[in-house]
Amino acid sequence: MNEVPLEHILIVSTALFFIGMYGLFTRRNMITMLMSVELMLNSVNINFVAFNKYLYPEHLDGIFFSLFIITIAAAEAAVAIAIIINLYRSHRSIDVDDAAEMKF
Amino acid sequence: MQSYSYILWIPLLPLATFVVLGLFGRKYLKTSSGLIGTLSLLTSCLLSFKAAKQYFFVDGKVDGIYQKIEAFKHVWLQFSPGVSIDMGITIDPIAVMMLVVITSVSLMVHVFSLGYMKGEDRFATYYAFLSLFTFSMLGLVLSVNIFQIYMFWELVGVSSFLLIGYYFYKPSAVAASKKAFIVTRFADLGFLIGILVLGFYGGSLDISTLIQKFTTVQSPEYISITTASFLGMSMLTWGLTLVFVGGAGKSAMFPLHVWLPDAMEGPTPVSALIHAATMVVAGVYLVARLFPVFSMDAHALDIVTYTGVFSALLAAVIACTQTDIKRVLAYSTMSQIGYMMFSLGVSRYGGEAGLGYMASMFHLFTHAFFKSLLFLGAGSVIHLVHSNEMKDMGGLRKLMPITHIAFLIACLAIAGVPPFAGFFSKEEILTAALHENTLVYGVALFTAALTSFYMFRLYFSIFWNKEADVHGEHHGEGTWTMKLPLIILAICSVGAGFIGFPEFVTSDGAGIETHMDIASMAVPVSLSIVAIIIAAIMYKNANEKPAKVATAFGGFYRAAYKKFYVDEVYLFITKKIIFPLIGQPIAWADKHMVDGFMLMLGNLTAKISAAIKGMQSGKVQYYALYFFGGIIALSLLLIYIWK
Repeated sequence: MNEVPLEHILIVSTALFFIGMYGLFTRRNMITMLMSVELMLNSVNINFVAFNKYLYPEHLDGIFFSLFIITIAAAEAAVAIAIIINLYRSHRSIDVDDAAEMKF
Repeated sequence: MQSYSYILWIPLLPLATFVVLGLFGRKYLKTSSGLIGTLSLLTSCLLSFKAAKQYFFVDGKVDGIYQKIEAFKHVWLQFSPGVSIDMGITIDPIAVMMLVVITSVSLMVHVFSLGYMKGEDRFATYYAFLSLFTFSMLGLVLSVNIFQIYMFWELVGVSSFLLIGYYFYKPSAVAASKKAFIVTRFADLGFLIGILVLGFYGGSLDISTLIQKFTTVQSPEYISITTASFLGMSMLTWGLTLVFVGGAGKSAMFPLHVWLPDAMEGPTPVSALIHAATMVVAGVYLVARLFPVFSMDAHALDIVTYTGVFSALLAAVIACTQTDIKRVLAYSTMSQIGYMMFSLGVSRYGGEAGLGYMASMFHLFTHAFFKSLLFLGAGSVIHLVHSNEMKDMGGLRKLMPITHIAFLIACLAIAGVPPFAGFFSKEEILTAALHENTLVYGVALFTAALTSFYMFRLYFSIFWNKEADVHGEHHGEGTWTMKLPLIILAICSVGAGFIGFPEFVTSDGAGIETHMDIASMAVPVSLSIVAIIIAAIMYKNANEKPAKVATAFGGFYRAAYKKFYVDEVYLFITKKIIFPLIGQPIAWADKHMVDGFMLMLGNLTAKISAAIKGMQSGKVQYYALYFFGGIIALSLLLIYIWK
């Protein structure tokens, strides 16, 4: 079976990363922004796993890292949702443009 | 030997009084503040007498020589080993003498003020300032360190500023206090430089160490300071002259005397304290304190001598023409301080040659009593007449008999008529001058005659001349608190001369023998009496003679009346030369360059922040964009440039 070359995987992860970034910049809804951040994290995960497999198959460091990132992402999602709920309570909205008081 | 540490309380009590009255006086102690101040000073005064008794009669003398004792010393600021600013108490004959003079005159003034200042709105403040002044003056005379003297010197300056400007609603008083402060402050600049010169070459600021180093001819410090020279004078001469400039400023020596007559704007008891007995003799005291060093340098002594003798003569001439009684007294003070100065100048260190030093201190001592008596007497007169001008007075002898007798005694004392106090001290000064310098002796003799003349001009104008025209009811001589100091000071003015001064206060601590011979006394005494008679002829009854004499002198009289235009010269120099040529360019540079630079910095910051504050929009996605933009820029840098 022919292996998938590393470049393909990198292209996928890069595409995923920039899709996430695009979402983060363009969406005003905070939940969507949170999802975009998750996409970016997952693209990094893909990179870790792929590099681990292709470059150092005898080590497991990259896989550990991706496991850590998944854990942190879960925690981060919890914090972010708490923030979003609080924002909603105070502003009656989860649109980031409505929460723009902290300016000059 | 018993401890002298209780001397610490002598200056500290007035300080405590100042703090208490300054903080709580106006609100809580409005009526009792005078009593508090007087009692605290009475304690100080008794302690001073105790110290004097102990020092002069019990344990000050070792092997026939009065020792210099450092009763207390605390190293305060140490700059380098050897150079430090100390706070301490030194006791030697002149310090103890000054303690007695300051506390007793100050006590008299405190008591007198109880009556004189009664009903003043700022009564407590007045006593607080008096206490501050007394504290500073006591600290000054007890100093161990030349820098300690300098600090108390400035404190004396500032408290005299406060007291002269006590009637701050009078523009003339405000101007006078500013003038006194600025002129003496200007002189103190010289003092400071002098201290630095002496400290630099002597490697110490301690007075005893400096004296010890500069009077040992073989010491490296003495050699270095005498070999170094600047503009043709050795650094020793420079240092001492600059220190003397400071002293001349406080002691109102020509040409720094202009502040003293104006300082009469203060309350009269203040003039008695500051401008008769204490602050104005600070300069004399300073020279006396450093006298062993001064005696090593003939040039510095010459400067002291000629400044002193010229000031004495100039002030005496001006005093003959003034009509404000306090100004006459002010000029007579300046003249008498001139005596003390030149007497120091003609003196040498040690033994019989130190006669001038002894005479100067003696005169300081006696002068303190009769001059404060004159001022307090003038205070009584002004209290009655409500005017300072001679023409408003006359014939007051029946209205105020005690003041009249006291004033007469003080006038006789200052005129040098035996057996009053001034006679003895003035005689010693004249003897010292005769031995050393005939020119100085001649001028001093002439000045002595002038002194008698103007003092009796004052006396006759106030108490005789015409019938009293104080109409309506008057309050006589005031309360007993105003009479008592006059009586005590009058007794001192009679008795102070009989103290065996040469035994106690001399340049090297060993007593000296003085011999007065009839021949040398005859000349000054007869001159004085002749001058008194002339004054009596001219002023005892109102007549045309004074006006005729004034016309006969013509221009000279007018010049003297205008105080020889010294004030005008100062005004010309400051207003026409210093302000346009130095002040205005500096003001311009300050306004346009210094301020301009600061304004530019401020404006620039404001502009930049206005331009970039739009970045802080509060929109979180823009921040993310900047963040990623930054990361991209950094990545590009790391990939392509800092490989």
